[in-house]
Amino acid sequence: MKVKYFAWVRERIGRAEETIEPPADIRTIGELIDWLAGRDEASAYAFEKPKVIRAAIDHAHVQQDAAISGAREIAFFPPMTGG
Amino acid sequence: MTAIATIRIQDADFDIAQEIAALGKGRTDIGAVVSFSGICRGSENGEPIAALTLEHYPGMAEAEIRRHAEEAMSRWPLSGLTVIHRVGRIRPGENIVLVVTASQHRQAAFQAAEFLMDYLKTSAPFWKREESARGSSWIEARDHDDAAAARWTKS
Repeated sequence: MKVKYFAWVRERIGRAEETIEPPADIRTIGELIDWLAGRDEASAYAFEKPKVIRAAIDHAHVQQDAAISGAREIAFFPPMTGG
Repeated sequence: MTAIATIRIQDADFDIAQEIAALGKGRTDIGAVVSFSGICRGSENGEPIAALTLEHYPGMAEAEIRRHAEEAMSRWPLSGLTVIHRVGRIRPGENIVLVVTASQHRQAAFQAAEFLMDYLKTSAPFWKREESARGSSWIEARDHDDAAAARWTKS
């Protein structure tokens, strides 16, 4: 699946998007955040406060207990500050 | 006549008068137009800023605005609706966002415009970065914006 990052999440991770293949036991957004954070220092820094991170699956906001199966595109970003 | 929502995300500035005129063109059923424009302030928390840079999530930003535009049209009897959000580098005094709502009567137009702005602030995927003499940093979300959006939630 494709993963996209925005704003300071993107800057901390050091890339805007990537394709990932999480193991089968990673089922929810929250579990995916933990898995991504465990990969390297930059990802750990980006996800150091997981409760702050917002997520979207296929362009729709989701909570951290949302299932990731079947997702084409998952995005992680800080709380929004538009308008 | 069914209301149509015009939604645009663009780098370029917009002309408020032109957008209002476009919404009412060839129609005589509109009795009220409300427009809200959000403008880049020259200071943030007392610190002068040089510019804002707005980042967005292409695809989702449009989809999220459209979802709320459709909700506004189902909650209020609107004749038309325009939302324009700029991205990229914006200097103090320049426009950031425009919401125009048209209806037969003012109440629906006022309320729908406020509803849309409250949701744009909290759920449309845009992020502001500010540049000042001290460098540049991401603007933090504000709790009172969440509270403003929450009051529209149907119980």
